[in-house]
Amino acid sequence: MKLGFSAAEEDFRRECASWLNAQMAGEFKDIKGISTLTEKAERRKEWEQQLAAHKWSCIGWPEQWGGRNATLAQQVIFAEEYARAGVPGRVNHIGIELAGPTILAFGTDEQKKRFLPGIAAGQTIFCQGFSEPGAGSDLASVRTKGRLENGEWVVNGQKIWTSLAHISDWIFVVTRTEEGSKGPKGLSFLMMDVKQPGVEIRGIKQINGDAEFNETFFTDARCPEDSMIGAVGDGWKIAMGLLAFERGVSTLGQQMGFRNELNEIIAAARANGAANDPLIRQRIAKAEIGLQLMRYGAMRMLSNTDHSKIDGAALTYKIQWASWRRSLGELAMDVLGQGGEIAEGADYEWDALPNLFLFSRSDTIYGGTNQIQRNLIAERGLGMPREPRGDI
Amino acid sequence: MEFAFTEEQQMIGETAKAFFSENATSERTRKAMAADGVDRDLWTSFCTELGLSGIAVPEAQGGAGLGQVEFAMVAEHAGAQVAALPLLGLAMASKALLAGGTDAQKAKWLPEIISGSTIAACAGTDDLVVDGDTLTGSFTLVPHGGSADVFVLGNVAGAWVVMRDAAGVSVTSHTTMDQTRPYATITLKGVAGDPLADGAAALQAAREAGWICVAAEALGGAQETLNRTVAYAKERVQFGRPIGSFQAYKHRLADMMIEIEQARSAVYWAACAVDEGAGDAQLALHAAKSFAADTYFKCAGDMIQLHGGIGFTWEHDAHLFFKRARAIQSMLGHGNWHREQVATMILGDAA
Repeated sequence: MKLGFSAAEEDFRRECASWLNAQMAGEFKDIKGISTLTEKAERRKEWEQQLAAHKWSCIGWPEQWGGRNATLAQQVIFAEEYARAGVPGRVNHIGIELAGPTILAFGTDEQKKRFLPGIAAGQTIFCQGFSEPGAGSDLASVRTKGRLENGEWVVNGQKIWTSLAHISDWIFVVTRTEEGSKGPKGLSFLMMDVKQPGVEIRGIKQINGDAEFNETFFTDARCPEDSMIGAVGDGWKIAMGLLAFERGVSTLGQQMGFRNELNEIIAAARANGAANDPLIRQRIAKAEIGLQLMRYGAMRMLSNTDHSKIDGAALTYKIQWASWRRSLGELAMDVLGQGGEIAEGADYEWDALPNLFLFSRSDTIYGGTNQIQRNLIAERGLGMPREPRGDI
Repeated sequence: MEFAFTEEQQMIGETAKAFFSENATSERTRKAMAADGVDRDLWTSFCTELGLSGIAVPEAQGGAGLGQVEFAMVAEHAGAQVAALPLLGLAMASKALLAGGTDAQKAKWLPEIISGSTIAACAGTDDLVVDGDTLTGSFTLVPHGGSADVFVLGNVAGAWVVMRDAAGVSVTSHTTMDQTRPYATITLKGVAGDPLADGAAALQAAREAGWICVAAEALGGAQETLNRTVAYAKERVQFGRPIGSFQAYKHRLADMMIEIEQARSAVYWAACAVDEGAGDAQLALHAAKSFAADTYFKCAGDMIQLHGGIGFTWEHDAHLFFKRARAIQSMLGHGNWHREQVATMILGDAA
């Protein structure tokens, strides 16, 4: 059991940091430190292309497809340095972290050639069409329909919470392709062009005033027959495989973002005297400890090579970080005091900490609510009987 | 990234787990609870047959020459069964001697302590008058102090080895809530102590070893409360269903697991940081002690609640975990104190 990284890995860390810092001090100075996913979207697409031009876009992918075949440790290091340098989140993170790996794992050679180069190059931005108004936690009750017509899939229905759909080029859609089927059976996984007449995007304004999420309506939207990943009826298997990619190496990079947030709270507490309050001190210490334990939990998860057993660190990770960050948002407001409730300008636009407070209410909902996480932990991790399904 | 047990470490863990789950039975522990809180047969076989008592002691002193990670694995499994053993005293006294003892003290005491023939306890106090190496004062709340044959005792000025049977030593054992680790008050009146070469280093090493020991015990205890409650949840039927099928119940089990997984990261981060001499070892130790203790208490309390009435009986083992957990929360610095140390590292002293 060891804590750190090897000397060669630390060299790689310096290489990542030096390139990223140079970019954030130079050509892409204007996007440094942006904390929302929507601000300066066009510049951030250029940033995706800059990453690709220097082969930093998808380092974990095979070299054949624009990656570097990077080891898990190298991917973790890159993600950490990316966040540490204050680089804003990837507007194509769904393409790089979800769509790409799904195509690599389940796609045909022809599909790989069709999609991967565009994703790797930062030219094709992807979004995810999973949730529906009637299929949230119960994802398998998807109702969006797909039917085959003259060599094309024709799709009708509605997706919701499609993050960044308004700046995306493509969407992957879990669609019910077997008429009358129920639950996880009869679903298929389609890749669709967002920029076609049958797809309409409407933004959803969130409690922080931003609109990162969307409703996406499909009205006779179309894609070629060979845009299906896997076979007809494999949709659930592929969607579940994709969700497993979500718990990957980006977690440690995400934690560097959390570190920046906690540091900002610490700085605010020192500046306004809250750092002298014994209760605030306890909560800051708890936040620090929680963040450290998240880091070492992720290290355990990523060091684990025995995938035959349930990995407790991995299974509990989502609810752990989401709950931690929600508490951090509350701590931020207690440190800031009433002044934290005032926005500087005329617009309903928030500085990082009040925005953290508001945005973090979604952390315990998206990607599986805390309640669903507890079901998963109790059922998969502890072998408790499954929740009975209703008929409605 | 290798933040996972090596094959050798896994074998040590499996050996310790099998030993304690087979031998540290409820029946034997309860027999020890009715006496001085030490299962002597278990202690002898742990020290001699199993040979894990000196796991973190260098080979030159008769140990296995491994580190705090391996010791924590042993303490985790001992804690899982709330074994009535003077393991904390062994951990603290042996590390104190290693860090601050003279060569002669190490040569004399470490083999005796590791062999189990001498039970050691370790404590510090503010109430000690030192005249040369003649000591007068008292040490309260010494874990297993009533069972110890030798003490490593100290204050800000130094540390000394004191024999239980030396002239001027009196020991008062207390009826203690956690009967598996009863406290005693050690009173010294003009006692001749054998001074350690570096008392400050000895006491610091003892504290660190103590934090790792109780944090690891807490981790093991917490995991065991969850395991036993999970088993109960599957077998107990009410309203025609196993009670574990109710969300109000299973979500509490999930919450226990979420805390335990973090406590596991904390304990092995701290043990590894100490072994590697990492810069954040102190942060890790404070995190591990405070987090694991609170996790254990939460889980042991939940164990009682989730067992219903049977969990409140003397006959059921839930109270053994609950009382050990409560004791660990208070000993060697309360969680609030440890968190204040972390706050001071981050924020500086409060104005």
